[in-house]
Amino acid sequence: MPAILAKNISKNYGEIEALKDVSFQVNDGELFGLIGPDGAGKSTLFRVLTTLLLADKGTGEVVGHPIVSEYKEIRKKVGYMPGKFSLYQDLSVEENLRFFATIFGTTIEENYSLIKDIYIQIEPFRKRLAGNLSGGMKQKLALCCALIHKPKVLFLDEPTTGVDAVSRKEFWEMLQRLKEKGIAILVSTPYMDEAELCQRIALIQNGAILETNTPQNLKKSYGHPLYAVKSKDTYNLLKSLREAHYTRSVLPFGEFLHLSTNRPMEIEQIKNDLTRKGFPGIEVKKIEATVEDVFLELSETEALKTERP
Amino acid sequence: MFKVFRAFVTKEMYHILRDKRTLLILFGMPIAQILIFGYAVTNEFKDAYLDIYDQANDQMSKELVQHLQSSGHFKVNRMIQSEKELEDGFKAGTTKLAVVIPYGFSSELSNGNAVTVQLLADGSDPNNANTLVQYASTIINGFQQERLHQTDNPYQVEVEMRMLYNPQLASAHNFVPGTIALILLIISAMMTSLTIAKEKEIGTMEILLVSPLPPLLIILGKVTPYALLSFINAILILLIGYFIFDVPIKGNILVLLGVCFLYVVTALALGTLISTASKTQQDAMMRSLMGLMMPSMLLSGFIFPLSSMPKVLQVLGSIIPATYFIEILKGIMLRGVGAHLVIWEILILVGMTIFLLGMTFKNFKIRLE
Repeated sequence: MPAILAKNISKNYGEIEALKDVSFQVNDGELFGLIGPDGAGKSTLFRVLTTLLLADKGTGEVVGHPIVSEYKEIRKKVGYMPGKFSLYQDLSVEENLRFFATIFGTTIEENYSLIKDIYIQIEPFRKRLAGNLSGGMKQKLALCCALIHKPKVLFLDEPTTGVDAVSRKEFWEMLQRLKEKGIAILVSTPYMDEAELCQRIALIQNGAILETNTPQNLKKSYGHPLYAVKSKDTYNLLKSLREAHYTRSVLPFGEFLHLSTNRPMEIEQIKNDLTRKGFPGIEVKKIEATVEDVFLELSETEALKTERP
Repeated sequence: MFKVFRAFVTKEMYHILRDKRTLLILFGMPIAQILIFGYAVTNEFKDAYLDIYDQANDQMSKELVQHLQSSGHFKVNRMIQSEKELEDGFKAGTTKLAVVIPYGFSSELSNGNAVTVQLLADGSDPNNANTLVQYASTIINGFQQERLHQTDNPYQVEVEMRMLYNPQLASAHNFVPGTIALILLIISAMMTSLTIAKEKEIGTMEILLVSPLPPLLIILGKVTPYALLSFINAILILLIGYFIFDVPIKGNILVLLGVCFLYVVTALALGTLISTASKTQQDAMMRSLMGLMMPSMLLSGFIFPLSSMPKVLQVLGSIIPATYFIEILKGIMLRGVGAHLVIWEILILVGMTIFLLGMTFKNFKIRLE
């Protein structure tokens, strides 16, 4: 029995198609990532699966319960952390946790072992009002509240958005530990680098799933030579590379440009070409594709498909 | 289940006690409102200023002026000498009421002829003008009666007035029941609709819905603290009315509190009904102000009598719970009647409550949309 099963789910808000025929499956005890930019439909999908919204088309199951007819059962067995920080800001850390424990019919003490690793980090501030916590602390508290009733499935909607880099790393370490405890986790994020930390991921854009796979397989599926190119004048380098005859695509990634070529090339070949075009201090290296490369590639082909049906 | 309910109420109490704005609305507003109605908004007046244009300036006219002043309601501002001065006074706004006593007042009166005393009032403030003219003419009539008794006119019709249940016509008798109706509505309906809308706004409603809590429990947990607080407020207003403004409570206090409780439930049902339709606090606020507060203030008979309104407004007034609640309160508090004499109003209120609760239950969403 899969932890989450979505079959052909579509959802419209008036004219806008928020979800188009979305299907995927999260296995028991799996850490599954839903990767896509803002407005891709991640939150809507979460709300459909957590029984908060009704899909226009399609069916779904969570822990074996159909999402519409047995919504009450699902609500007992899942933990949900909405995208926006949704705890009581005027209640202290401890009061928030105690309240959510009580409404799920349990106590902090009963399930303390499950949240101990996380709670220990915010325990020194347990008398502080939740509204006065830092972003990272808030997310840890929200995770504790979502975990306190030992859910079978955890829905985390963009848990690391607006959180500093260190806290993000810590947060993902916590998720790994939770996965080891046998809790299935569906986590959404707009950060492509976080995709690598999931067992399997689904890439989503404009309400449609582009691809579902493990991060490793996805990266392997990228079938073109890829190089990272760097120069002091990134902007003009980008312009120049776009016009080069060997370029398939070129996109900026931080200080580097990711250059995909239509045939395998020697590093020296690229370097010489660019130096001749007047870019001094060129740096070129051959690289493996990242999830982001795959995502951009896929979304481009998808865009082409919709443009020329 | 009871443990969950208690946790909910405790949480709600924290919200209320930690938010100074809520506390101010809960306890500052009722007290401020009743004191404002009590001291400022009143139809009674003492020592109103009036101008006198005494054209006669004889024995009798002086006695009349004396009579007006000794009533305790009026003080003579100035004696006017010309019609121009009279007009200037009104234009400048310094004159609100002027009494014009005609030439030969004494002689005409003692000859048994009809004499006309003219009262001029500033009609741009009609309520005030009306009251002033009424008071003044009553006093002048009284003066006439006194004089007539000295002559031997056998034919007289005397009017004797007595205001039952409120002999002094104290406006406190009217505004205390009205204020209770308004305050209970504000706290029970507006505050609960606000607090439910707040959970939607900050997103906690999503978490509460994705939990084993039955929706009914969420609502009950949220409204119970406000029900208690509005009840405390009702008692507070009754006490202020009783001790500061001498508003009597002639009927059975238990029946009175029972009716207050019923009205609290009505208002809570209204509040939750509003909250089912509003997504944000601002939305809930606008709906309760426009949909509840304004009509309850204007169309319940609290400020303006319903019977003198156009038919449409009368019908509107008759579907407002406050109309019946105020009627019941006045019956029990001022006339001291038992529940059986206001049973019709009570039944209507019960009916409305059941209808509203049904609507709320039907409209309550188990999902986000």
